[in-house]
Amino acid sequence: MRDDHRVHVITGHYGSGKTEFALNFAFKKAEKQDNIAIADMDIVNPYFRSREKKAELEERGIKLISSSTGYSTADVPAISPEVYGILQSNKYEVILDVGGDPNGARVLGRYFQYFQEDNYNMWMVVNANRPNTQKSKEVIEYINRIQDSSRIAMTGLINNTHMIRETSKEDIIRGNDLVVEVSEITGLPIVYTSVLEEVVPDLPKDIKGEIFPISLKMRPYWL
Amino acid sequence: MAKVLMKGNEAIGAAAIKAECRYYFGYPITPSSELPEYLSRELPKVDGVFLQAESETAAINMLYGAAGAGARAMTGSSSPGISLKQEGISYIAGAELPCVIVNIVRGGPGLGSIQPSQADYFQATKGGGHGDYRMVVLAPDSIQETVDLVIEGFDIADQYRNPVMILGDGVIGQMMEPVEFKDPPKRDLPPKDWATTGTKDSNGRKRVINSLYIEAEACEQMNLKLQAKYREIQKNEIKFETFGTEGAEIILSAYGITSRVTKNAIKILEKEGIKAGMVRPITLWPFPYKEFEKAAEIDSVKAFLSIEMSMGQMVEDVRLGVNGKKPVYFYGRAGGVVPEPLEIVEEVKKILGGVK
Repeated sequence: MRDDHRVHVITGHYGSGKTEFALNFAFKKAEKQDNIAIADMDIVNPYFRSREKKAELEERGIKLISSSTGYSTADVPAISPEVYGILQSNKYEVILDVGGDPNGARVLGRYFQYFQEDNYNMWMVVNANRPNTQKSKEVIEYINRIQDSSRIAMTGLINNTHMIRETSKEDIIRGNDLVVEVSEITGLPIVYTSVLEEVVPDLPKDIKGEIFPISLKMRPYWL
Repeated sequence: MAKVLMKGNEAIGAAAIKAECRYYFGYPITPSSELPEYLSRELPKVDGVFLQAESETAAINMLYGAAGAGARAMTGSSSPGISLKQEGISYIAGAELPCVIVNIVRGGPGLGSIQPSQADYFQATKGGGHGDYRMVVLAPDSIQETVDLVIEGFDIADQYRNPVMILGDGVIGQMMEPVEFKDPPKRDLPPKDWATTGTKDSNGRKRVINSLYIEAEACEQMNLKLQAKYREIQKNEIKFETFGTEGAEIILSAYGITSRVTKNAIKILEKEGIKAGMVRPITLWPFPYKEFEKAAEIDSVKAFLSIEMSMGQMVEDVRLGVNGKKPVYFYGRAGGVVPEPLEIVEEVKKILGGVK
């Protein structure tokens, strides 16, 4: 895993798998470090948010910052003031799990003074199986709009192309082709290809980015 | 269109467009808001109209108008919003207007919660508005089935000149699943020679869309006509899924997302040596009473268990189907809590321990 910056911002089109990636990333980081904090800044989705995994996160020593309302299932666009704390203090390695689309990324705007060139990662999670992010032009449009509404520049791409439990290597390859094209046009590096653990052995060698095996944390086991 | 990954609410919107619905009137409410959001973006691209009404009452009456003019039109909401639409739904049923109404059910009563629920079963199937009317109520348990039923739902509505409700729940609206868009089974749809398009009908009469019959006898005739139509729907449109009933000790019944939990519970039970079968109603009205009657006649079946995200609504129809031949039990969670498979497993063991 990359060990470059202290702050990691996870953004993308909704339904691209940002929260699954963010949780897996936090769990993985927490295996080696005990100073991981994740802030659930999702003001777009009412369901399937990282704040629902409070117990699992705390069990691993991960600090969870949820909505300031204290409700795990409220539909209120309230961000906790504690987000300032983890950004200002150097104590934590921070993962910001941001809501989908430019609307979701808007919450980042108020923190823009904490983001200086080369002191953070902001990754665009891409799922080539989502109807609105199948072409490079569409992905780039999302990148531009997310940058505009967040006031923060994107620093990398994550290929997270999946079909939930039906994901096959063909999905990953299709996503790889897409992010390679986006990378060529935008100059953004492909940081990770995030793949269900069980699909990793099937992958061809030339997939770009570090292979990041994940397991489904948000999806109920019966679904 | 190849298989894509979609959120339930978006997929409902995409299915409506695929079914050539070109008008949507609504007002956003969690957990259904991605439906109007999606259609506000996508309907204008196909020369359709998306209109965010000032209220749910306005939206349902706009739907009445569009359907009365012969257009394929839809509205959607979640529980409290659907309650507000009840007057309009009764008028739509009374005026025999084909349209599709989506309810992504959340916890109630009142403002309740924004989490998934199935507590609007009575409202949907027994008539939430006034008068003797019925809607066809379709209850999908996956995003694929949701899409298929929305597309077919428009045809069912047109075939019988009747409102069709898609009864989902918060999980159906919010979850993502792979989906593809297929053509529905072919139906012979009657021409809309009653629609108020500015011309006379085939008999040279003015076309009027109305549910007012001032003389009692005329109003009764109207009711008898509706009942004949409902009998036709009951004869032709019942949908269900059933499996594992032969040799089963117990029959589990569930619809919508609860059936996904239940199917998982059935697998766990099987590993533990308990054979459970399932009857899953897909149309909640017309209800598959006969399937329950048939299952009740199987010798090995000792009991039925209806599992719902409500405090006990569909169980009443299960009892009508089983008709006293076997005991019918109920297990439910409410307010937005989704039952876990192991809760159902425990409940089954408790019941079978008691009836053995």
